[in-house]
Amino acid sequence: MNLALAKNETGRALSDSFAIARDRLPGTGRVAEARSAAFEAYDRAGLPHRRIEDWKYTDLRALMREVLPLAPTPDAAALKRAATAVKLQAIKGVRRLVLVDGVFAPKLSELDGLEKGVAVGTLRGVLESGEAALQAQLFSLDSANPMVALNSAMMTDGVVIQIANGIVLTQPLQIIHVATGTTPTAMFTRSLLRLGKDAGVTLVESYIAADGAKTYQAHDSLVVAIGDNSRLDHVRLVEDGREAFNISSAVITLGAHAHFNTFGMTSGAAVSRYQATIAFAGEGSRVETNGVNLLNGRQHADTTLFMDHAVPHCASREVFRAVADDRAHSVFQGRIIVRPQAQKTDAKMMTRALLLSDEAEADNKPELEIFADDVTCGHGATTGALDESLLFYLRARGLSEKEAQALLIQAFVGEAIESIVNDDLRELAIAAAQRWLEARG
Amino acid sequence: MPLLEVKDLKVRVEEREILHGLSLTVNKGEVHAIMGPNGSGKSTLSHVIAGKPGYEVTGGEILFRGEDVLEMSPDERAAKGVFLAFQYPVEIPGVATMNFLHVALNAQRKARGESQLTTPEFLKKAYAAAASLNIPRDMLKRGVNVGFSGGEKKRNEILQMALFEPAVCILDEMDSGLDIDALRVAADGVNALRSPDRAMVVITHYQRLLNYIVPDFVHVMSKGRVVKSGGKDLALELEASGYAQFEDAA
Ligand SMILES: Nc1ncnc2c1ncn2[C@@H]1O[C@H](COP(=O)(O)OP(=O)(O)OP(=O)(O)O)[C@@H](O)[C@H]1O
Ligand SMILES: [Mg+2]
Repeated sequence: MNLALAKNETGRALSDSFAIARDRLPGTGRVAEARSAAFEAYDRAGLPHRRIEDWKYTDLRALMREVLPLAPTPDAAALKRAATAVKLQAIKGVRRLVLVDGVFAPKLSELDGLEKGVAVGTLRGVLESGEAALQAQLFSLDSANPMVALNSAMMTDGVVIQIANGIVLTQPLQIIHVATGTTPTAMFTRSLLRLGKDAGVTLVESYIAADGAKTYQAHDSLVVAIGDNSRLDHVRLVEDGREAFNISSAVITLGAHAHFNTFGMTSGAAVSRYQATIAFAGEGSRVETNGVNLLNGRQHADTTLFMDHAVPHCASREVFRAVADDRAHSVFQGRIIVRPQAQKTDAKMMTRALLLSDEAEADNKPELEIFADDVTCGHGATTGALDESLLFYLRARGLSEKEAQALLIQAFVGEAIESIVNDDLRELAIAAAQRWLEARG
Repeated sequence: MPLLEVKDLKVRVEEREILHGLSLTVNKGEVHAIMGPNGSGKSTLSHVIAGKPGYEVTGGEILFRGEDVLEMSPDERAAKGVFLAFQYPVEIPGVATMNFLHVALNAQRKARGESQLTTPEFLKKAYAAAASLNIPRDMLKRGVNVGFSGGEKKRNEILQMALFEPAVCILDEMDSGLDIDALRVAADGVNALRSPDRAMVVITHYQRLLNYIVPDFVHVMSKGRVVKSGGKDLALELEASGYAQFEDAA
């Protein structure tokens, strides 16, 4: 590693911390080389800023300023606090896989009695001694995006799930990221889900903070491959602490006649960015994405989706809802590309923003790039305040201003939550929205 | 002390005065009817009593049991017992009627320092009230007023009145959009709530409603004022001769 590459104070600090952290980063040989290449890619770009088009609304140089040092491996006390936090949100009927401060915690996870055809391992394990193909898949993410590159360089642990052909799991798998840090640190995780053919699973990703966790950075990424005729239901809930940063990337690839249904809600973290690429690699597949931002105070949350229609006869639906109060800032960037050969693509995108204060902001950037001629594509956007006449009706029936707002916000968010198929997970999302509403007072 | 007292009320909407010094005194146990041509300010009066934003009160006062209503938020007024059955009830998609009724009733009870009703307690009460108004249960599962017919919306208003048991009920054209049978059911619902402790203000264009809900007093409103008050016979008189005779008086 050439430390001279560093361009500024924070850059140098990071180069140092990469050098210092190297001993703790799993993998040697090709893995270590891939890390170094990724770090160099990151180091050339540095933290993204507003002059980079893709980061126009989320200037990490201004918002995050620096990448914090790698979090220490959690000790017994940290694990105990994490266990308490996990218990508070536990729901029935899911298999929990817990990462504490970026490190897989087997004692808090449920690994017993895995169904036949299901393999669950750790990122550390795969990078240290896994098959080369799996390692290569973990490094398949494009380092052109600096935050992806940084994550590739620094990833410490994560969950690697492989589901064999023909296996349909009824029990959802939940990856829970818990942060416990009382001093400012960063964690870098990457998880992978490989779903074979004719298979099905529900994956939940939850981001939470243990009581007392302060400023931290969660840098996460997810690599998903959905096989032909398979279905993935995905729920993602960001409930990080209010001083936290959550920078997450995902790349989801669908085979033929596959189905991906995803719901994401961000109600926590000071600053968050979720950047996901969804790529159609086989014909006849379908994607539904539903996103919600629930923000107040000075929260900033950015969802950036890239829907890549590379093959014919696929359909995608994107619905994004933002609720922003106080001085919060919600960002949705939705890019849809329909490549020349992707005839009969049906792609639609809709965003709706609810602004609860004059100082709240919701930015919406739709981008449609259509290179095929026989397609149905469209997007729409609305922005508004809560309807005064509805608020008055509720208040005339005895609800306070906050209660009336809460009921209308629940209704607005509820339409998105309806898209979650699993009853228990719908309840989980409703509870998360409820926590946000209650914290609002 | 009167239950509700409106004194010399002057109200503006967007720089235009709509009510020009309106007075009305309502005592416990009384039923008042307010009639008057379109645009005379009947709904405006009801909205200002309930606390709808957007109206500027430039003069006069509204007292409820002697307390200044204009200082209170709409929810405080509701909790104290002021109820408005809207001329045009709004649709609230995504908010289930039953949930809304439960939250509203408990909000009012909380403000009054009363215990919260549990779901079973509430359901029992709500289903009983709905049954007496011929409201099918599946209507209560839908979003508030969503996809309700005009008559169903009005019945939903009367249902709320029955559940909240307010002290003063202002009914703004509850008869519009109701067929004869529905009118009878709704009027029976209103009559069932008549009590020596409660007062009603019934705004209507039609004498017919007053055959079912027989008023103690009838007031004629024209151009933002009460121009004539009398007994229930005044309504019959109006039916025969129309409002023209009062237009000049205003
Ligand atoms: N928000 C508003 N902006 C402007 N003018 C208004 C507003 N609300 C009411 N008005 C005007 O005030 C006057 C009184 O209206 P209001 O609705 O109170 O009449 P009403 O007696 O209830 O009539 P109707 O019998 O048709 O229901 C009308 O001229 C109406 O146009
Ligand atoms: Mg009216």
